[in-house]
Amino acid sequence: MITRTSTRLGLIAAAALLVLTGCSSTEAPGAGASASPSEDAATVHRVPAGVTLTDAWVKATTEGMSAVFGDIVNTGSEDVTLSAAGVSESRMVELHETVDNGSGQMVMRQKDGGFVIPAGGTFELRPGGNHIMLMDLTGPLVAGNTVTLTLAFMDGSVIEQAVPIKDFAGANETYESEAPTPGSGH
Amino acid sequence: MADSSAAQTSARSKLSRRGLLLGGAVAGFGAAAAIGADVLMRRASAVPAPAVPREEPAEASAVVDFYGEHQAGIATEPQAHCTFVALDLREDVDRAGMARLMRILTDDAARLTAGSAALADSEPELAVLPARLTVTFGFGPRVAALVPEKPSPEWLGPLPAFSVDRLDPHYGDGDVLLQVASDDPLTLAHALRMLLKDARSFATVRWHQPGFRRARGSEKPGTTMRNLFGQIDGTVNPVPGTRDFDDLVWIADRSSWAHGGTGFVLRRIGMDLDKWDRLDREGREQSVGRTLDSGAPLTGSREHDEPDFAAKNAVGFPVIAEFAHIRRARLADPSQRIFRRGYNYDEPPFGTGVSHSGLLFASFQADVTHQFVPIQRSLDELDLLNEWLVPVGSAVFVIPPGCAPGGYIGETLLGA
Repeated sequence: MITRTSTRLGLIAAAALLVLTGCSSTEAPGAGASASPSEDAATVHRVPAGVTLTDAWVKATTEGMSAVFGDIVNTGSEDVTLSAAGVSESRMVELHETVDNGSGQMVMRQKDGGFVIPAGGTFELRPGGNHIMLMDLTGPLVAGNTVTLTLAFMDGSVIEQAVPIKDFAGANETYESEAPTPGSGH
Repeated sequence: MADSSAAQTSARSKLSRRGLLLGGAVAGFGAAAAIGADVLMRRASAVPAPAVPREEPAEASAVVDFYGEHQAGIATEPQAHCTFVALDLREDVDRAGMARLMRILTDDAARLTAGSAALADSEPELAVLPARLTVTFGFGPRVAALVPEKPSPEWLGPLPAFSVDRLDPHYGDGDVLLQVASDDPLTLAHALRMLLKDARSFATVRWHQPGFRRARGSEKPGTTMRNLFGQIDGTVNPVPGTRDFDDLVWIADRSSWAHGGTGFVLRRIGMDLDKWDRLDREGREQSVGRTLDSGAPLTGSREHDEPDFAAKNAVGFPVIAEFAHIRRARLADPSQRIFRRGYNYDEPPFGTGVSHSGLLFASFQADVTHQFVPIQRSLDELDLLNEWLVPVGSAVFVIPPGCAPGGYIGETLLGA
């Protein structure tokens, strides 16, 4: 299946390649004002075969940052790798994992190489686990609205999907950089 | 025989004790996952049930369809437990905000009633046994007023005052109604909490009224409930699935956003059990006009026998007294009837009393003014039961029609 995509998709797909080459984050896929319309028309993306995003939701917030949760289901016979994601309400989107920082505290940090969704398997995005981090939000994410989430896979395929925003009291994970280091004291 | 039976009992209890000691922790922890997988498997395909022993009865996974022309929880055979909650909208909630709230709550309700966790459900294991869970939404006058260009039913608003009323505002009115019902009270509590968490940024809880009937399976489905006076309560009721029910309950006006919906009245009726205790059995039956054992009218022998209001006793008095509840509750015009779906409540006593009980009199009718009000007026004027009954709460909501997958409850009002 072939689909034509927006400017944003083109930028995210391009950023996906950057992630693979070690770039730290997906910068400003948002408004995409710098890209020319002619580029859009030329950009064509495949939808990944057998890969779906289900039960997805975004945590509501007034400002700052948020995250996307849900299940990425791969019914295909090949592993697929999610390499980047974007929503227009966030100027910086990262794929995060939550790991033990060595002092027994779970912290989140960017996942090198993207998320691998195994053939015939499900990749869970969960509070306290792997998730898609939305940073530098352009405005509040209001419960009951939706954001349009773009998932860019390593093979160049793309999923674009409306994801509802919900209130959620959890998902208050600590950043690796914020976590107190052993012996730092208080 | 006695010895052998005792030995069996002893063997059984030894077994179960050993089960508890050795396997209890594992079984307890694994049960939720096992049930979840089982529900998924049965949904996914029609393969025969797995050969592993199942602990939960089929009733636990019974599902009432959420989507449809009408909301569920009205024509649904009443579940054992039901909690009615009214919300007050926060000041800043406008039409768009109300639509956002209803999209969220509709999605929650659709998932939970199907036995699935809601999105962002932090206790997903509590969602896997729906036990006929239904969630029914209603709108009060303030929600209707968010869209003034779409006229709402004229009856939407507080009922006229009745002389018997002793209304406590803590149990009255409200902007949004949630009626959450299930045969499993734990499922119900989880579903309600999920809905209220998602409503929290839009609204506050105004009142919360839990009610109950007999446990599922205690009686044959379709058995008329008993209230805490011991009376069979609700014998004369339109039957879901009949033309009569449809005509009495569903709003038929195609030009109204409420078409396919209904009117809802909740009356919290305190029942003075301590005073009722002083009345003998004959007096109790006279007050209603029905016998306590079968619920038959005093002129009949079976519950659904038609009462003979003209019958006289040996000394010439009506067998069913002028003041009897069933005489006063029946009006000559057959279109002036309602559909009752009530629940008992039994709360902690206060002061020196030993009971604080009553009935959550829930009724559905297409036109509250034409159907509910005249009946209540007749009871208000004369009904011996008023000696023991005190209405303490009163609320009226319009129940919007149901919706299809992808839609949301209230879209006919709040949408374009």
